[in-house]
Formats: sequence, C-alpha cells, structure tokens
Amino acid sequence: MTSADGAGRLPAAFMTPGTPSFSDFLGSYAPDLLPGRRTPPSEPIEVPHGTTIVAVTFPGGVVMAGDRRATMGNVIAQRDIEKVYPADEYSCVGIAGVAGVAVELVRLFQVELEHYEKIEGTVLSLDGKANRLAMMIRGNLAMAIQGLAVVPLFAGYDLETGEGRIFSYDVTGGRYEEHAFHSVGSGSPFARGALKKLFRDDLQEVDAVTACVQALYDAADDDSATGGPDLSRRIYPVVASVTAAGFRRMPDDEVGGIVDAVVAGRMANPNGPQAPLR
Amino acid sequence: MTTPFYVPQEQVMKDKAEYARKGIARGRSVVVLQYVDGVLFVAENLSRALHKISEIYDRIAFAAVGKYNEFENLRQAGIRLADTRGYLYDRRDVTGRGLANAYAQTLGTIFTESNKPFEVEIVVAEVGEAAESDQIYRLTYDGSVSDEHGFVAMGGQAEQISTELEQRYSDGQPLGDMLRLAVDVLGSHGGQPGSPPRQLEANQLEVAVLDRTRPLRKFRRLIGPALEQIMTPAQQPQG
Repeated sequence: MTSADGAGRLPAAFMTPGTPSFSDFLGSYAPDLLPGRRTPPSEPIEVPHGTTIVAVTFPGGVVMAGDRRATMGNVIAQRDIEKVYPADEYSCVGIAGVAGVAVELVRLFQVELEHYEKIEGTVLSLDGKANRLAMMIRGNLAMAIQGLAVVPLFAGYDLETGEGRIFSYDVTGGRYEEHAFHSVGSGSPFARGALKKLFRDDLQEVDAVTACVQALYDAADDDSATGGPDLSRRIYPVVASVTAAGFRRMPDDEVGGIVDAVVAGRMANPNGPQAPLR
Repeated sequence: MTTPFYVPQEQVMKDKAEYARKGIARGRSVVVLQYVDGVLFVAENLSRALHKISEIYDRIAFAAVGKYNEFENLRQAGIRLADTRGYLYDRRDVTGRGLANAYAQTLGTIFTESNKPFEVEIVVAEVGEAAESDQIYRLTYDGSVSDEHGFVAMGGQAEQISTELEQRYSDGQPLGDMLRLAVDVLGSHGGQPGSPPRQLEANQLEVAVLDRTRPLRKFRRLIGPALEQIMTPAQQPQG
C-alpha cells in the first residue's frame, strides 16, 4: 500500500490501464491476497462448514434463505452464522461449504462487482456476474481437492428480462442455471424435496419466503448439520429477496412472523403441509 | 559535440506550470459545492460516456478537469487503491484524506520528474455524518493540496466563477438552490469571452451528489427527469 511504498505515490500497477476486474488486478499486484492462491493443507483439517441454502423464484424476483448453523464435525461451531449476502444491488449469494474460505470468496466477489461498476460506469449483466463467480470458484479448485470446498448459490434479478434467476455451481467452477428453485449444502436433498412439492409458478414474495422456511425446516428435520429455527433464542433463517427494487434483507420480525406460523403448523402436523396425491 | 544550453531550474518549473495551466484552462469548468445533505458536483459535459465525475468509494467521489486520458488514469488508480484498501482492512478505513495524499504524491512526482506534467486539476470529496465533517480536497497539476470549504471551481474560467460564487454561496442550503446556482454560474462564464450568459439545459450537464442520507454508497448520479425536476425552481405558494 502507499505507506509501505516510501514515497507514498500510487504504485505503477495502479496507474497501468487495463482490466476492470478487481480479482485480476489483485492477482497481479498482490497475488497472496487472493483466496485459492495459497498452498493447500497437505492433510484434511477440521474447520467450520456452512450448510443449507435454498432459493425460490417468483414472478418479479427471487428469494434466498439460509439456516444459521455452522458445524465442525459433530460440534455446532456457530448457531447464528450468516450465509446469505448481497452480491450487489440486484443479486445475492448464499454459501455452503468451508465457512472461512466461503466468506472470503463472497467479500472478494462483492468488491469485484462494485469495482467493475465503478471503473466501467455500468453494471455487469446477470450472466456476467454468474460467470465471474464461476471463475473465482475454479481458482479455488486446489483447495477444494484438499477438502476446503466452497459451493455457493447465486441468484439475482435480471434487469434485461425482468425476472429472478438462480445459478448453482460445482467445485470445478461449473455453472448451471436452475429453473424455479434450488438448494445447496448438506441438507439440500431434503430441502429440494420439500420445494418440489411446495413450488407454484404464481407465488407471491411472502409465499416464496414461506416455501423457503418450510424447506429449511424439513432439511433441519433430517440433516443434523442444518439448524432449525431457534425459537428460544429468536434466531431465524437469513432471508433475502431481490426484485426490481433491488436487494432487501428481510428484517427479523418479518421472518419471525413467518417462522412462528410454520412452527405452529408443524405442531399440528409435524411433516408439514401435504401436497395433493393426484 | 554540442553543449546543451543551461536552463535554470526555476525557469523549467515555470514553463511546466504554465503549460499545465494553459491545458487546464482550455476545457470547460466543474464546480463542487457543499449543500445541506452532502456535496454536489456539476460539470458542463456534453458526453454521456466520458465522465468528469465519478464514484470512488462509499463516501468518496472524484471530479476532474483537464486532459481526459490523464485524469481517467488517476480515477482508475484511485478506485483500485480504495478497493484494495477496503478489501485488505475494512470499508471504514478508506478515507478521502488517504486518497488525496496518494494523488498529491503522484502528481508531485510526475510534475518534477517527467518532462510533461499532467494537465489536470482534481477534487476529492468525502461526505461525513454532518456538514462539519465533510471534506473537500483540491489537487493541482504540481501535487499541491488544499483543504477547501464550501465550494470549488476548476477548469475553464475558474477564477471568474470562484469570484461570483464567493458572493452568492452560503452554507446549509438545499440541493435545488445549490444546483441552480451552479448551473447559473457555469452558464454565465463558460461561453466565449464577452458573450451573453447561456441557459444550460439538463442534457449539457453531468451532475452527481454524495448524499449523506443514502445508505452505504452515498454517490448518486442525477440524470434525465430527476435532474430536470431539481433544476426547475419550486412553485411559489399562492397568496
């Protein structure tokens, strides 16, 4: 940084015209600051893992929700971790996998999008953002092979088509567009099963949030690494919605109301709402 | 072998300064004004794509006059510096003062060490929690920095504009009044010398604010209908 450069003038790397990508710039100026450029541990280590993220589209936007548990082996490492973040004004990212690497990746991704916007004076398309994230995950492959994998779920509002879209990834940086709904993390098979039965294509925003909370409840029911709603501590899932109006993190009292209704329903019917058989 | 003529250092610096000043005065002016909720930037700029005003970070913005490629280079370097610092430490650790310092060192070195100085003048502004903590730094081609209060005019007929602003500017005014003042002074001094004042329209202007009432990223461009609406004086209530 400037103070370390003695004279205090901007280093030559800063003055060289070129890439609008922050991670590319950092890769040439200070590569050791990038996640994925470090030497991976030679043997598996026990670190906190984030678990289940769900996302559901609805006409005019998309909702993403994540449970609050991080686990380290059989231990609950944190009971109020946040795993759903704004990526920029019109997109959000949820993380499953190694929490430390994932949080760093999200921070870098947030700066990446904002940096592009400021340098170029225009925002990236939603596909452009999804591709950037794919490249950043690919950069982490060596770490993933050593057990430090990150699998995010990316969702956003496409300003060109006016709809919510969801993208999922694998550890090699493969990018897949998902239709209607998706989930990632250890509880995702259970959550996705629930979403399959609950999804309709005419959901309101609040219905989409309810579907997410139901799906997370089912995931927590069957997956020990996913945390259910913690009513005694008032710890609820983090819920974000992205619409034409931009990113909005749903306040806790709003989520609390929906969670209370879902839990009350489960008191009468522990398996949750029933879908018609035919 | 020819012996180069001896030119005193003082003369070299004077020539460079004059060269830079001439280049800066050729362009159109930019004014930066404090208003009650932040800092207002107004530039006479017909281009929609080549900006003179830009966001640098959450609370920091940049305005420049002079040679486009040179200030664009500084703008990008500033964004890189701010983003790198914010990523390395925290968003709150990126300050206007740090950026102004880096620019000052850079411009100073270029002025003394290279044959051709940068023909630019820059304002780095940072909006605070209240008007008292707003900061406006003005940087010139040779790396001198001054901490300004209230308003700054750069480029074109900056001196005449400053003289007029001195009489008409006052602290704590609403955005609309300050914008109309800026448009008025730019219109009355930007044209050919001696020509009558012009009435600048919204499409001839580049306008942005650092608005302290906004969450997180305080920078906002005012364009199209939103700009026209603020430029039109409010109707006086009848009676």
